Amino acid sequence: MAEIESLLHGFEVALSFTNLALMFTGIILGVIIGVLPGLGGANGVAILLPLTFSMAQTPGGQTSAIILLSCIYWGALFGGAITSILFNIPGEPWSVATTFDGYPLAQKGRAGHALTAAFTSSFVGALIAVIVITFLSPIIANFALEFGPPEFFAVYLLTFSAFVGMSKEPPFKTLASMMLGFALAAVGTDPVTGTLRLTFGTVSLLTGFDFLIAVIGLFGIGEILLTLEEGLAFKGASAKLNLRAVIETWRELPRYWLTSLRSSAVGCFMGIVPGGATPASFMSYGVARRFSKEGDKFGTGQVEGVVAPETAAHAAGTSALLPMLTLGVPGSSTAAVLLGGLLIWGLQPGPLLFVEQKEFVWGLIASMYLGNIAGLIVVLTCVPLFAAILRIPFSVIAPIIIVICAIGAYTVHNSNFDVYMMVVFGVFGYLFKKLSYPLAPLVLAIVLGDRAEASFRQAMLMSQGDMSVFFSNSLVGSLTGLSLFLLSLPLLTWGIAKARGR
Amino acid sequence: MSEQSGERPALRYKAAELGVAAIFLLLGAIVIFDSVRIGARWGADGPQTGYFPFYLGVIICAASALNVFRALRIREADNKTFVEIGQLKLVLSVLIPSAVYVTLIGWLGIYVSSVIYVGFFMRWLGKYPWWKLVAVSVGNSVFFFLIFEVWFKIPLPKGPVEALLGLD
Repeated sequence: MAEIESLLHGFEVALSFTNLALMFTGIILGVIIGVLPGLGGANGVAILLPLTFSMAQTPGGQTSAIILLSCIYWGALFGGAITSILFNIPGEPWSVATTFDGYPLAQKGRAGHALTAAFTSSFVGALIAVIVITFLSPIIANFALEFGPPEFFAVYLLTFSAFVGMSKEPPFKTLASMMLGFALAAVGTDPVTGTLRLTFGTVSLLTGFDFLIAVIGLFGIGEILLTLEEGLAFKGASAKLNLRAVIETWRELPRYWLTSLRSSAVGCFMGIVPGGATPASFMSYGVARRFSKEGDKFGTGQVEGVVAPETAAHAAGTSALLPMLTLGVPGSSTAAVLLGGLLIWGLQPGPLLFVEQKEFVWGLIASMYLGNIAGLIVVLTCVPLFAAILRIPFSVIAPIIIVICAIGAYTVHNSNFDVYMMVVFGVFGYLFKKLSYPLAPLVLAIVLGDRAEASFRQAMLMSQGDMSVFFSNSLVGSLTGLSLFLLSLPLLTWGIAKARGR
Repeated sequence: MSEQSGERPALRYKAAELGVAAIFLLLGAIVIFDSVRIGARWGADGPQTGYFPFYLGVIICAASALNVFRALRIREADNKTFVEIGQLKLVLSVLIPSAVYVTLIGWLGIYVSSVIYVGFFMRWLGKYPWWKLVAVSVGNSVFFFLIFEVWFKIPLPKGPVEALLGLD
């Protein structure tokens, strides 16, 4: 098995002292980011990305940098559960479903059980997803090596059509927000001819809009403004996690193996197609409630009701890296930021990564196994510490978070203009969230905009402007066909609902 | 505006939807305008620079037009509160100082502006005693100075105060 061999080599890379230290640093930072309101996986990684610029220039540094950033992501995934269970505040959108049963459990005095169940099932979900990545990604990458510009454009089209067809937001809002992302990506220098566009003679716009600034503003500042509406105080259950609660829960958990397995499957699927962790957690909660013997007790504090969404959220969050690594198409906002990082460090995400950067890819995959073990240890032992962060009054923590966001925005290009733009994006983030314009397709579009455009134009050049190139062989044809089907899905369901209503 | 239970609404959904859709329409129009200016056709050497953005602008405008249409169809009874006056005050009480803060960064540098900003926030919204406020706000800036300037060697914007202290 070539995968096992590569993986073992990856472990050699990941097990160096520096990389292990970075792993724990990343996890701890990630959990803090996940616990704090206004900081989440996507903008946490975005803020810390500039710190890795110099790190990535040393030999082997790219691997260390991705280990640090991906561990922040795992940490944020773990951290979201803490606030959901103890404070009934989902720190991350994907932990909303965890509050349904997690918070009632905490109110019954079983916070320790709920937390253990959440962390353990997160770990299981992530582990299954990493195993899927280990064995599936080389196959997909190998397959994708044959892709030309039309195929790549069809994959991008499929990604974005999936957002329109499958998100729960109104389709035209998804479309508007996505196209705005593409338009923002188009600002600046045309990647093919070098002509300036949409800059209106200003110097600040020459380099275009950086997706990092958009992410920090939309998710960071926007989230803080949203949190403010709820008032300034947090009220929560106390966090005690003793060994007895952990062992009791671990004894109980094997009973839910079927739920875990089902949730992992839902999670992996939703992560690979760009559905993302949030719908995965809701879907898996719903499925578990329907199939469980005690389904009608869900919502009153069932351990199974914590297991299902947490497993799925982690499986989805982790497997979102699979399309990012193999095709260069991220499955979630945070994966999009990681992809942006790869580009900045000078790596070309996509199938060639598996051929040219073996050490990087397998180091990262090995670090996913280790990082999640590290994460489980960190969160199980340090929960009270992390919960204490939320007891810092909002009037202290909010300005500090905004200062962190401002520093993060500045360090991207050392430009004050970016910091102003961050605030503007923040206002948009607040409005978009409240009016259910989805943010993930916007961010993905900013990251992928130039690449999507380049592959479209190359495909057009190949075919002399003939659109039929997107149906020229069975592979690209089925990808395009599936995209068109997904695009028209909202229209179809609307039509069916209308016909039934008659 | 009709008084309902709870706080008075500052803005209702219909107006908010229309406002945001209008911004989208405007942005879409700008994109179309500039794309046409630089050429959005099929040139001798393939698609021109504005070709791709032009269609983006068209889709933005079309989707927003539909969003406007949908917003106009919100019935009066379903026109819920978008934001209450009390909430809006809280949001603005963070947004306006933040806007001032990022403007200050250009003149005073990030460290001094952050001291003022964190201090102001704690005083105004938290009503903390002066010593606590100075400790937290100065401590915060010193902490970031050590992390960025000393440890990671990443220079952040500095102003006259740092120059005076010889830290530039």
